[in-house]
Amino acid sequence: MVIDCKHVWDHISGYLDGTLEASVLEQVQKHLEHCEICSAILDSTRNILILTADERVFELPLGFSDRLHARLEAEIRGITPE
Amino acid sequence: MTGTLEGRDEAQIIASILAGDSQQFHQLIRPYERSVYAMALSMLKNAADAEDVAQEAFLKAFRNLGSFRADSKFSTWLVSITLNEARSRLRRNQAAKIESLDIPSEEQGHVSPTLLRDWREVPSEILERQEVRLLLQEAVLALPEIYREVFLLREVEEMSVKEAAEALGVSDASVKVRLHRARIMLQKKLAPELKKASSQKRRWLPWL
Repeated sequence: MVIDCKHVWDHISGYLDGTLEASVLEQVQKHLEHCEICSAILDSTRNILILTADERVFELPLGFSDRLHARLEAEIRGITPE
Repeated sequence: MTGTLEGRDEAQIIASILAGDSQQFHQLIRPYERSVYAMALSMLKNAADAEDVAQEAFLKAFRNLGSFRADSKFSTWLVSITLNEARSRLRRNQAAKIESLDIPSEEQGHVSPTLLRDWREVPSEILERQEVRLLLQEAVLALPEIYREVFLLREVEEMSVKEAAEALGVSDASVKVRLHRARIMLQKKLAPELKKASSQKRRWLPWL
């Protein structure tokens, strides 16, 4: 079965996670072989996910740890949790 | 999540904290500071509130440590507490404001990606530029809440589908659908901007 671009977009996430059923995976791969638009969409999505997951994107503010542990120190000293 | 303690070591630390050695709590939470902060930031969308909520979440985790059950992961439990803290803070902040309208229904229509013909890999070095880090952060923060939460848990906190579903109290299927939409929305928004940003780099710094 031949599937069109819109159907391929529905499977991008499953494709990236490697969770597509064998038959669907085959259809998607066939489509990707000859469709440069879908290939570029797939590559850009993968690329964007790698970049957004990078530790530098959601960095801790300067001094975050020091302030956190100072507050914990002040509030939990001598207390045993329930 | 990298740098976390092994489950067994973690269980031992938790046991000694519960037995009275509260100082060990500092060590227990160190690997999770960034993920708790990122989660809080993604909900509150401002650094000062996010830091405050993160501190509250850690304190709450300490106080309720006795109710932590080892059948879930400590990180998942911690993220659930953070989500609850963030949500109640949002409710308080919004009490005087009009309810946010950015919560779409699960059934909301098709999300389409940006169409391109070629994609030149954007290397991670581009993240050395602060404006690019902000561009990515803002795109994630601009996602509607139900997509943003799932995206953070799966992509940034590296949780499994099951763990994310547990932390959010939704089904595995919802996590998958929401994650898919979040990814396509980010591709739609970021692909053109990253393309522009990486070509600017070539123009300004031709020796790189």
